[in-house]
Amino acid sequence: MRYRIEIFRKDRDNEKGYCQSFWYETESEAETVASALTALNEQSALSDTDGNTARKIEWDCSCLQKKCGACAMVINGVPRLACQAKLSEFPKGLIKLAPLSKFPVVCDLVVDRSIMFENLKTMKLWLTEDAVQTDKSQQLSFESSECIQCGCCLEICPNFYSGGKFYGMSAVPVTMRLLSESDKKASKEIIKQYAKHTFAGCGKSLACRNVCPKKIDTENLLVNANAIAIWKRF
Amino acid sequence: MDDRTVNVVGAGLAGLAAAIELSRKGVKCNLISFQPSERAQSVLAEGGINAALDTMGEGDTTEEHFKDTMKGGCYLETESAVRNLTDNAPDIVKELYRLGVPFCSENGRIILRNFGGQAKKRTAYAKSSTGKMIMTALIDETRKYEAAGLVTRYQHHELVAMDVKNRQLVSISVKDRFSDDTFTFTGSTILCTGGLNGFFEGMTTGTAANTGNAAAIAFDSGVEFANLEMIQYHPTTVAICNKRMLISEAARGEGGRLYIIRNGKPWYFMEEKYPELGNLMPRDVVSREMYLVSRRDDCEGEVFLDMTGLDDNIWKNKLSDLRSEIISYLHKDPAKEPVAVSPGIHFFMGGIKVTDEHETNIRGLYAAGEAACKYHGANRLGGNSMLGALFGGKTAAASAAVSAGQCIVKKTETPVGTVSSPEIRHILRDVLLEGLGIVRNTKSMNDSLQKINTLCDKTEKNSIDSKRIKFAAAMLNSALARTQSLGAHFLMNDG
Repeated sequence: MRYRIEIFRKDRDNEKGYCQSFWYETESEAETVASALTALNEQSALSDTDGNTARKIEWDCSCLQKKCGACAMVINGVPRLACQAKLSEFPKGLIKLAPLSKFPVVCDLVVDRSIMFENLKTMKLWLTEDAVQTDKSQQLSFESSECIQCGCCLEICPNFYSGGKFYGMSAVPVTMRLLSESDKKASKEIIKQYAKHTFAGCGKSLACRNVCPKKIDTENLLVNANAIAIWKRF
Repeated sequence: MDDRTVNVVGAGLAGLAAAIELSRKGVKCNLISFQPSERAQSVLAEGGINAALDTMGEGDTTEEHFKDTMKGGCYLETESAVRNLTDNAPDIVKELYRLGVPFCSENGRIILRNFGGQAKKRTAYAKSSTGKMIMTALIDETRKYEAAGLVTRYQHHELVAMDVKNRQLVSISVKDRFSDDTFTFTGSTILCTGGLNGFFEGMTTGTAANTGNAAAIAFDSGVEFANLEMIQYHPTTVAICNKRMLISEAARGEGGRLYIIRNGKPWYFMEEKYPELGNLMPRDVVSREMYLVSRRDDCEGEVFLDMTGLDDNIWKNKLSDLRSEIISYLHKDPAKEPVAVSPGIHFFMGGIKVTDEHETNIRGLYAAGEAACKYHGANRLGGNSMLGALFGGKTAAASAAVSAGQCIVKKTETPVGTVSSPEIRHILRDVLLEGLGIVRNTKSMNDSLQKINTLCDKTEKNSIDSKRIKFAAAMLNSALARTQSLGAHFLMNDG
């Protein structure tokens, strides 16, 4: 099958973006957007669908197994991982790729997600005392720790914007892990930060629930985090 | 707080362990990595981490862990290094538990599972996502020191050059891949840059972000490497798009069985040939047997991993993540049908030669994690990789802290090329695979070396390609120099 892969590109030295399309042909059911991008970049002379010479497509990747979050991008309008998106999911043969729009674009599909990590630092998200582990904490800690900080949840969130006071869903799993393993005294600062940077700004659209590549039950994490931090139920 | 600073290149398990240890000693750290820690290969580690915690009533001891590690590695590593590792393992795992790693436990007692090459239960685990769980806890811990100004992250930065004079590290050059600016960092440096996956592009279980360039640059700068022929082929991997997917050893630790069809019936060859540990023999032995049985005239088809006998509790509580992964990529439920598997490149026992203190032959330069040749000898035991990375990172940090001085960071105007040619990368990969398979012979290794030598004329002097070619030749020369079979280096010469 022949796919037309349309990429919203941006050069490093130019603010303005542009679309460029490439043909990619494969019969393999296993091929993904990630493998197509790899194969295109391995062509000795990459040319677009109009026959113009094109420079290599810049994109991030690492594990290729949905375990690291590096290759998050917008695929046919939905934020997801390139290694997760099989080409066979697009029977019409048109695949549109764009960088995550909530972060500064470095080049093509590469974005600077540093703000996510800076926000976690601002929220002082670390343990201040030894973890207290129970059956319940282990379950929550495991689920929370599965978060790969890819940014898909922030892309789909109607309330998050880079640089705003609301830090979005990506801060919740980190908060939840720490809350689940901290006693009341150690939780104080985490609760304060959570109320300020997460609870206060969350519009409860729960759009994040539909796009998490790890299928983390974001609603469950929010319910648990709110129960501890806001409603003082535990 | 003083001005002593150490550069740590790589932010996976070894890099984070080093950064945390330096911070605890009050030494600053520049934590340099190509991508943030969340993207490091360490998050892929699955089955667990070994420590003789003896929580299962089997009377396990650190001495037995030491003996198993030495034996599994075919006694190639020095006893002192392995003893340090295994003696410290229980404290390392207990500290991880205190940092909140959700190891499977009951009322504070960490539950251990069986792993290859070890008769006793010694592997602490968090289902089949142990690496990810440990990384998350260490990332959170490191954040504390970032906020305190002890750790400064450079998380879109790549090592592109090293300046070594008279066996002393002068500086490293690091390129910001976002801005394309290059900087030099003076001062003591720990390389935690991972294994050599980049030389076997698409054929390993590791990260695609590893190019192998760091090793090539270090080697070209005069850093000594050792045991480069010791490449671990993990027995149970499956080809997926552009890589090999690992099916954790935990699958066999929990009861999975390997078989091949012989004379029309399943033959559980590992259980028949090696009753002492069966499917849990060390990985070099299992992979070799799989290679050999699949070439027998009386056997047909592929080797299968049969996990259909595992009970529901094991799937639910210990391997639920592994099961979903197999279903997602292979469209097969391992609880209902066996999965065809074959050995794939998984780990590099060889690497930068370091002392027990993790010093290299270059003053001011240290190495840890898979980048270093330490602890695992000729074959690494499952569960010892994360342990080696954590202990190695911590030890390297303690050593580097002693010699640490000021670090000066300067922008440099000299552009450094880092992009290797896909054509040369692929030739190197194919030629190395021909020479350095599971079963090797002198002729094919020599043929591979010859092919690699002919590539030298096709590249510019001092280019990254020329450094990679030089390194690939070193791997083959290292293999050719070992004329007897040992661990992962198994020779079967014709005639």
